[in-house]
Amino acid sequence: MSSEYQTTETLDVKGQSCPMPIVKTKQSIDDLEAGDVLEVVATDSGSMSDIQGWADGTDGVELLEQVEEDDLYTHYVKKTE
Amino acid sequence: MSTDNPTTAVDDAAELQALRERVEELEESMAAVDTGDDQKKMTIVATQGSFDMAYPPLILASTAAAFGWEVVVFHTFWGLDILHEEKSKDLKLSAVGNPNMPVPNAVAALPGMDTMATKMMQKKIDENGTATIEELIDLSLESGVDLQACQMTIELMDYDEDDFYDGVTTGVGAATALQHMAESDIQLLV
Repeated sequence: MSSEYQTTETLDVKGQSCPMPIVKTKQSIDDLEAGDVLEVVATDSGSMSDIQGWADGTDGVELLEQVEEDDLYTHYVKKTE
Repeated sequence: MSTDNPTTAVDDAAELQALRERVEELEESMAAVDTGDDQKKMTIVATQGSFDMAYPPLILASTAAAFGWEVVVFHTFWGLDILHEEKSKDLKLSAVGNPNMPVPNAVAALPGMDTMATKMMQKKIDENGTATIEELIDLSLESGVDLQACQMTIELMDYDEDDFYDGVTTGVGAATALQHMAESDIQLLV
């Protein structure tokens, strides 16, 4: 699933619900360098809207893609600055 | 204001030019102010200490911090129990007066019903992978949320400042809360 991007790191938040996927995504992004791509794997269907809203409202991150497959919601977030 | 006198006409033109320059200067500084202040601020006043009412302020606060917002949660009255290290682990859900409970109020008022309702809710929270109150408090503090405990209610409830989680701000009152609210883009009372 991650072949399309050079994923720097994967964050597994399977089984966790709101607000954990967002809060942990933010923490992981903080530890990365500009240009890095974080893959976030979640089972929370709300993460589709939440990660998008968070990425839109946050400076220095860009949501590259969101994939829904077999009840797994995978998000690719790039740190831009 | 007569323009018959040539000297006055020159003065008017010079004054107009000066005014135009001043307007441009002001427009530039306004533009700088607009772009410089995109840091949002949110202040929540948490007044409730039941198990279900402890969640919304903490979930919103930790999420807002993930957005990079400056967040203050001012805890007062029963809301103090959320920050109380011991009491926060034993918050109760009220079975009475909750129309979503599967039993009538007369039954819900029986001894032990609050404990039972709380256990049911805790089980659901656990199954759903929802964070515990303690986890949310740790996360909020870690991400820079200012969790404040109202000094007046600390004394009213006979609590000690050491009863609260490390990192909780004490020694604050209504004036501090109002000050944060006045500076905030978002103010919520829970």
